[in-house]
Amino acid sequence: MNIQHNIESERMTFWERIYLPEIGRGLALTFKQMFQPTFTRQYPEEKWIPTGSYRGRPVLVLEEEGERCVACGLCSRVCPALAIEVRAAETDKVKERYPEKFEINMLRCIYCGFCEEVCPEEAIIMSKDYELVFTNPQDAILGKDKLLIPIAQLQDRLEFLRQYR
Amino acid sequence: MDAIPVGALIIGAKLFIIVNALLVIAAYLVYFERKISAWMQNRIGPNRVGPLGLFQSFADVFKLWTKEDIVPAMVDKRYHLIAPLISMTVAMAAYAVIPFGEYYVNGANIMAVAPGIDIGILYILAMSSIGVYGITLAGWSSNNKYSLLGGLRSAAQMISYELSMGLALIGALMISGSLDLVEIVKAQSGGKWNVIFQPLGFLIFLVAAFAETNRAPFDLPEAEPELVGGYHTEYSGMKFGLFYLAEYVNMFTASCLMALIYLGGWDVPFLYEQLAGIGIAQGNPLLGLIQFSVFFAKVVPMLFLFYWVRWSLPRFRYDQLMNLGWKIMLPLALANILLTGTGIMLLKHFGIM
Repeated sequence: MNIQHNIESERMTFWERIYLPEIGRGLALTFKQMFQPTFTRQYPEEKWIPTGSYRGRPVLVLEEEGERCVACGLCSRVCPALAIEVRAAETDKVKERYPEKFEINMLRCIYCGFCEEVCPEEAIIMSKDYELVFTNPQDAILGKDKLLIPIAQLQDRLEFLRQYR
Repeated sequence: MDAIPVGALIIGAKLFIIVNALLVIAAYLVYFERKISAWMQNRIGPNRVGPLGLFQSFADVFKLWTKEDIVPAMVDKRYHLIAPLISMTVAMAAYAVIPFGEYYVNGANIMAVAPGIDIGILYILAMSSIGVYGITLAGWSSNNKYSLLGGLRSAAQMISYELSMGLALIGALMISGSLDLVEIVKAQSGGKWNVIFQPLGFLIFLVAAFAETNRAPFDLPEAEPELVGGYHTEYSGMKFGLFYLAEYVNMFTASCLMALIYLGGWDVPFLYEQLAGIGIAQGNPLLGLIQFSVFFAKVVPMLFLFYWVRWSLPRFRYDQLMNLGWKIMLPLALANILLTGTGIMLLKHFGIM
């Protein structure tokens, strides 16, 4: 006959069934944990520095001769949250186009990194900046003044992209 | 102006001290609960308000005082207000008979608020039973099904575990031969602590005390995953604070009881003989202080045990709770009485006691 047994005395040994030794083991474990080192980081004083693989606030790369962005608008097109707005303009330089207006609404950004992936110029990349606090919705719309970051500060991410993409 | 009797003044002073001390103790119990749970989880715990976060509890209580007291529209306002008051009053009332030492001034023990009450334990058991009203009324008056469930659970749980608690105590009482807590401590003097003769009784009392104070692993009345907040879901501000503090005062009461009834209170073998040898005997204020410190040194490990168990063990399921209470604890407590009685009879028969 096919009878499925699920009897407490068969599942557990006698010592497990009278609870107390197992409770003692549980208590011993937590007591041991009290003397282990803590993992807490004292945040405002002690900050975590992300590695190159971290996707923080998207920024525009600023080289010595100027911004990399050519205002193709691909990032704006691919952005699933419609956070990026680009308006192109032309110049007489070798690189003919530049973004006259480049705005990222940080209230919309979901940090997916699609803009970075789609960018043909490697001009928009994810930075390590994770401290994004705004006191009103207008401040959360970052213009070119806040987006352009000198290339020297972005080496880790560029290195990461070169290696893994 | 009529002369105020000195006795009344002393009792007033004692009441003032005990109520204020209890509130501060409850606040610090919250702080240590947070600290110890943090250490057990490899965290740091509160460390911002004051040195080592020591003022955190006062900040919390201040916050609770200044918060808006929200009373939902459909609650029964009278009982909604009375419930936390019952909880807190009853929790504090137990301290009328708990002695913190044995120091006599003019023939009266000044280390207890109402010394010489020879039904001390009965009084405490009665008070802890009334504590059920606070929680049940809170659950019922809130007009919220989760609150009501929490209140009902609490009533059923506390009544079930009170039985085994009382029966476990009987073993210790048979040995001590008195219900007066000072007499019980005296009967244990010289290292004859009840925990040595009553290990089973102590264990049952311990588990029942966890259930009585609604602490984990028996905190079903406020089981968050099932009941939101249980009986205090609809409470805010200092009304909630009273429930919260009452829980910690109850915990402190249970620890005091364990220290008094099972761990010999302020007794340390040979300590007082030695102290009498160097002139610290009855009449010396130092004696009171030493007794108080010894008593506290026994209460603190019990408190730690409360925290320790809470942050180690998962919550019982409701049927498991009832099975444990009625099918295991109660028969064990009865067996304990039988064993104790047999033991006492045998010892008397052979003339050892």
